[in-house]
Amino acid sequence: MHWDVVWNNFDYFLWGAYPKGPLGGLAMSILMALGGIFGAFWLGLLIGVCRLSKRVWLRAPAMVYIEIIRGTPLLMVIFWFYFLAPVIMGKSLPDWQSAIIALIVFTSAYIAEIVRAGVLSLPKGQMEAARGSGLSHVQTMIYIILPQALFNMIPSFVNQFVSLTKDTSLAYIIGVSELTKTATQVNSRTMKAPFEIFITVAALYFLVCFVLTELSRRLETKINRYQARGR
Amino acid sequence: MAYQFDWELVVSGQYGDWIVDGLITTLQISGISIGLALVLGTLACIMRLSKLKPLEWIAWTYIEFFRNTPLLVQIFFWYFGSYTVLPDSVNAWLNTVNQEFACGVIALTFYTGAFIAEDLRSGIFAIPKTQLEASRACGLSFMQAMGYVILPQAFRIIIPPLISQFLNLIKNSSLVMTIGVADLTYMARQIEAHTFHGLEAFTVATLIYLSISLVVSFSIQQYNMRVLRAAR
Repeated sequence: MHWDVVWNNFDYFLWGAYPKGPLGGLAMSILMALGGIFGAFWLGLLIGVCRLSKRVWLRAPAMVYIEIIRGTPLLMVIFWFYFLAPVIMGKSLPDWQSAIIALIVFTSAYIAEIVRAGVLSLPKGQMEAARGSGLSHVQTMIYIILPQALFNMIPSFVNQFVSLTKDTSLAYIIGVSELTKTATQVNSRTMKAPFEIFITVAALYFLVCFVLTELSRRLETKINRYQARGR
Repeated sequence: MAYQFDWELVVSGQYGDWIVDGLITTLQISGISIGLALVLGTLACIMRLSKLKPLEWIAWTYIEFFRNTPLLVQIFFWYFGSYTVLPDSVNAWLNTVNQEFACGVIALTFYTGAFIAEDLRSGIFAIPKTQLEASRACGLSFMQAMGYVILPQAFRIIIPPLISQFLNLIKNSSLVMTIGVADLTYMARQIEAHTFHGLEAFTVATLIYLSISLVVSFSIQQYNMRVLRAAR
């Protein structure tokens, strides 16, 4: 057993070469996940609401977007942004930027479906009553429907955040120096402790994701209890 | 400099063959892993529900650990760390077969098995508890009651989530390219490296993944509608 390899490189796993070099490791993974979930939330909300619209020119593109992205592996989406950006813009984006864009685009399709399910699970009378009291469709969405729907969707969002945290590992493929990349770097440099290195890295991901999963479970019970009291 | 598209290149000749080979590998690795993951998932789920605490703990640890770590890390773990984790006999066998492919299958099986176990558990909880009690009272053992009464019903309930797990597996199988399994994604990447015509190669590969997903999810919808109509 060569746990010393892990021990000697532990700070590299946690934050890469920082402060002497660029930030990396687990810190980079978490930053990417945070940026990804923030971007995907707003994009997903927009697309989810479009998907629910009565207007075909809003609904159809949203549906196509959701179906295409959900039917494609994330790895493909990452390659798309990596290889497409130079063709469209004439210069390539920094690796981590194109990885975050790919993560946002990919996750937003799933969030859009969560938003749709959340809105559809509200009683229809909410929309009718709000429209009946003189609010426009958009006003009803913003003031009445979305606040309630989003509240119920919190556990699903947390689950999506867990997926996203795991998905940041794919940024390895285009060379972003996040946790998985640092692990493979240390592994190919030392060549004697693959088991120890990958167990440690898995444990680090597990720590973050398991805490979040537990959080989402607790929130789910709380929200269910809250709703049961309301009815 | 404008990009010159050359679709001929990817859909015919040598590179076209690469794409077909890649698709076959993707389907093979997905098919084998789906079968094994179903078995492993069912086993883990039964252990998780068993009254024997050690079995329950083992299953719980397995499910939570494999669900909460990235598949890519698991693939690397099996591929690079296999000789320290797996018994010597398994390693000897791995050396005689396509090691990359086998490690890919192991990783996909363990990852998806954990998700299937949880889906199956929720399916089992959806069946009234009295079913188990009644079958136990009829004299069936726990395993018999599970095998003949509970599981057949639970599997029917979870067909839709199960199929989306299969779809996830097919999409996730693209990750095995990282350890050198020549699947569809690997081939697209390979064509990009050889010809610099990545856009065409990735378009074709994406369309293939997309059509698999759309066909399967359309079939689920049809199935759901038929079941709903039958239930009504």
